[in-house]
Amino acid sequence: MKELLAGVVRADEAIAATVRDGMTLMVGGFGLVGAPLTLIRALNASPWKGLTVISNNLGEPGKGLGETFQLGKVRRAIGSFFTSNPEVGAAYAQGKIEVTLLPQGTFSEAIRAGGAGLGGFYTPTGVGTLLAEGKEVREFDGKAYLLQQPLRADVALVRAHKADEMGNLVYYKTARNFNPIMATAAATVIAEVDEVVGVGQLDPETIGTPHLFVDYLVVAEEKL
Amino acid sequence: MNEKEAIACRAAALLKPGWIVNLGIGTPTLVTQFVDPDAICFQTENGLLGVGPPPGKDRVDPNLVDAGKRPVTERPGASFFDSATSFAMIRGGHVDAVVLGALQVDERGRVANWAVPGEPVLGVGGAMDLMSGAQSVIIVMTHNTKDGSPKVVKQCSLPLTSLRPADWVVTELCTFRVAGEGLVLTALAPGVTEAQVRSRTEAQFAVHLAEGA
Repeated sequence: MKELLAGVVRADEAIAATVRDGMTLMVGGFGLVGAPLTLIRALNASPWKGLTVISNNLGEPGKGLGETFQLGKVRRAIGSFFTSNPEVGAAYAQGKIEVTLLPQGTFSEAIRAGGAGLGGFYTPTGVGTLLAEGKEVREFDGKAYLLQQPLRADVALVRAHKADEMGNLVYYKTARNFNPIMATAAATVIAEVDEVVGVGQLDPETIGTPHLFVDYLVVAEEKL
Repeated sequence: MNEKEAIACRAAALLKPGWIVNLGIGTPTLVTQFVDPDAICFQTENGLLGVGPPPGKDRVDPNLVDAGKRPVTERPGASFFDSATSFAMIRGGHVDAVVLGALQVDERGRVANWAVPGEPVLGVGGAMDLMSGAQSVIIVMTHNTKDGSPKVVKQCSLPLTSLRPADWVVTELCTFRVAGEGLVLTALAPGVTEAQVRSRTEAQFAVHLAEGA
């Protein structure tokens, strides 16, 4: 069983307590929308490097994970759309970063499967394309599917709107995106939120991530 | 109406009332201008069903965007959800149609729209899932590249997005329906002749203009 949440900490404290060289990190956000920018800044100011980053994109040049990348901390990136940061393409062409590209639905389901304790799943997406190379193909009812392994991380950095003091999270509009599934798929989860309220002040019907998934809370420097 | 709007307008006419529709980036987003917003419900893969029109400049919410990261609004009855749920809608066949751009379409209707020539292949986004799972795939694109090369070709030289063919291909010149193993020319844009389409198309196609779609 996970330890109960200690409480609200500073972003630099949360990063210092959880991240180490060579770790695999999940980072929420669709581009910069719903990205935990306060935590990413703390990560960028930290000494940790050689990271594998599981995130849909690597931000934009110099922004969000784009800065993490510029600082040379990202050894490998796993996501669906790195075209939004042309610097990643240039570094990839020079062999400076390893990139694993997955269709966005395969990427999000691999995170969900990782969080749900599954060993993988079969998807019809990508059969017969370049992204099927090296993947097991299996037919069910006459239709071909690709095997996709689950994704898990050492630490997930997620962005939500509000939390209560137990770590229950409520999301905001399209800033939700990959955050709830990443919150299920890492050994340690740090949630960046606009506001932390008392236990009982969030409507249980609106909670997007139940508290058992969350280990640390950090208050965002900029509100959503 | 410019050329892209004219393409989007003819693609919009293929959508049926009550459909759930996902739009790709670029020309596909223009489709919203030509539909009854009460008749079509738009889904965006970053997690919104019930996408409304762009807000006024003073009402932009940076956390309410579509998959092209453009500010949008939410319609009454809208819902937000995470990315895995969004792709369950898409891959699971719950989206009636997707309108996507393309770089090439082959004569069986198969589409190449994710890998750009001369650049490392580093972005696929939702294109493969949408091609794989949507009930109908409508491609909107210019008929030729900027240098005049055909984009409706015998065989795609660019990597395919899916083995599953499109259902419709709409260009500024004409509309093709994909039937069985081949393309069928079903409509010509105003003032365009079948001979003009043939001269600017590499792929073989049948002609059945009586359909008029």
